[in-house]
Amino acid sequence: MTTTLPATPSATPATDPVGSLRRRRRRRLALVLGALAVLAVALAGLALTLGAASLTPGRALLAAVGVGDDGDLFIVQRLRLPRLAAALLAGAAFGLAGALFQSTLRNPLASPDILGIATGASVGAVVAMLGLGLTGLAVSAGAFVGAGVIALLIWFFAWRQGLHSIRFVLVGVGFAYLASSVLAWMLASADQRDAASALVWTVGSVADVRGTELGVLGLGLAVLAVVVAAISRWQAPLALGDDHARGLGVPTDAARVGTLLTAVGLVALATSVVGPLAFVALVAPAIARRLVDDGGPALSVSVATGATLVLAADIVAEHAVLGVAAPTGIVTGLVGAPYLLWLLATHEKRTRA
Amino acid sequence: MIDVPHTDTRPAHGTTGALVAHGVSIGYDGHRVIEDLDLTLPAGRVTAVVGPNACGKSTLLRGLARLHPLEAGRVTLGDRDVTTMPRKELARSVGVLPQTSVAPDGVRVAELVGRGRYPHQGWFGRHSSDDDAVVRRALEATGVADLADRPVAELSGGQRQRVWVAMVLAQETGVVLLDEPTTFLDVAHQVELLDLLADLNAERGTTVVMVLHELNLAARYADHLVVMSAGRVVAEGPPAEVLDARTVLDAFGLDAQVVPDPVSGTPMVVPVGRHPRGRRHTPFHSVDK
Repeated sequence: MTTTLPATPSATPATDPVGSLRRRRRRRLALVLGALAVLAVALAGLALTLGAASLTPGRALLAAVGVGDDGDLFIVQRLRLPRLAAALLAGAAFGLAGALFQSTLRNPLASPDILGIATGASVGAVVAMLGLGLTGLAVSAGAFVGAGVIALLIWFFAWRQGLHSIRFVLVGVGFAYLASSVLAWMLASADQRDAASALVWTVGSVADVRGTELGVLGLGLAVLAVVVAAISRWQAPLALGDDHARGLGVPTDAARVGTLLTAVGLVALATSVVGPLAFVALVAPAIARRLVDDGGPALSVSVATGATLVLAADIVAEHAVLGVAAPTGIVTGLVGAPYLLWLLATHEKRTRA
Repeated sequence: MIDVPHTDTRPAHGTTGALVAHGVSIGYDGHRVIEDLDLTLPAGRVTAVVGPNACGKSTLLRGLARLHPLEAGRVTLGDRDVTTMPRKELARSVGVLPQTSVAPDGVRVAELVGRGRYPHQGWFGRHSSDDDAVVRRALEATGVADLADRPVAELSGGQRQRVWVAMVLAQETGVVLLDEPTTFLDVAHQVELLDLLADLNAERGTTVVMVLHELNLAARYADHLVVMSAGRVVAEGPPAEVLDARTVLDAFGLDAQVVPDPVSGTPMVVPVGRHPRGRRHTPFHSVDK
């Protein structure tokens, strides 16, 4: 634009508070992402090494790149790597979806678990299994449809001349209870053995993810990540509220619709493969925002936090309780909640000081 | 159309003309607040819009800035149609400070002001060093440069409002619309903020349009005063010509004396009310002719 403010004797870059703040933010982001990456790699090493057939870290790593005897290769490449990959990909998808929901609706409680979208996916999967007798990818498709239907219903009942986030959240909470009731009724009225296999869809687990499903998850996540990169520029202005965002030139209704559609796609995708992993979409972005603390949506850090969190939870789920391999979804909350509480407590102290 | 005399020392703004409402109607949920309103807000001048509560002055501002859709009519800026312009393009010409502003947790002053650069950045755009320079000048112009590194949430009300104004300045628009920018400020901070806007207008020729509650400050700072009542413009023009006891009675239903402001000479509204305590003084000047 042609307008300029009156020129001032320019500060040298060394004393420029604006640029130095921006550089400091960038360093902190790199540091946080780097630390999470190191943590994830360490956890991945642990995940490949631990197990009934105990391998040394060296043998496990060699097997991961295709060197070793047939037994090692089978255990690492067929059993442990897919589980590891599923944990990382699903965690990334839930973390990113939660960050998008929370920043777009400007509400830290607006996560797909609380809004009933994840429960909708479970209902869809259970309907496909118990109602229609489907198996495999068709069940995943059912989960996708279930999440989409709940999202559309919330939409339909929450839309009044634009999207109001409080109404969206409240309507979503209502549908979450409705979907849970439907799910409980279906499991209660089902055959005992069917109900046991359907239970995975109410808790979520990365244990038995097959190759094709993993491919779908990876590919879908890659596509949606590109979409998120394209729409991520809306998030910072949207966080200021609709009036400010419009004043800055953001088409707010289109931006919220686009962001929520993408987030629903991420939840449906991940839930259709691993089931609803409780708490990840709620807690991963909250942790990420505390780590970054710049008032932004912390999308990239939410991806890393979600992936690391689910991986850690799965290691605990598989190994911590001897003799019982718990589904991942039971542990995600146990791992995430204390960390979030600790972060909230220490953050409070820091701002008061 | 109001022509700006060129004898004025303030720079005429090159890129924008007057902001004009043509037969504008605006409403909420079927209830029309403003009906078929025509209004010209002169370029390069400070306009204050005053009127009683619920007279539609904020609604008008929201309509002009396209924060709220028009039900009828259109708004033009110079020879361009604001109503159909792409939003991002509009945001490079018209900046707006809405009535309520809540900063996200953790955001620092310089970062919040930097959000004002959004309409100037491309789809995958990053902050450039040019953006930094604009942000720095906006911080200096609003006197918050030494707060650049502070979290916005820790600031006082007066500081915070200056930071939001700085964000709008960083947008580098020829027109700035402000909806009751002084509402939550004490009198000292009100004057400070209005001085700041007057500086902005004097130095950059920015067209300033603000909705104000405080009539005397409006009369003092505005070149052009618009008095609204029940969704209509009841009077407009230079404050000295517009603001008299009759207009105050018509618009606000308030019995008042209007005397010259002892500092600026602009009209000053002194309400009568039913309980004037203390000794009654005769006004030292009377505007009534």
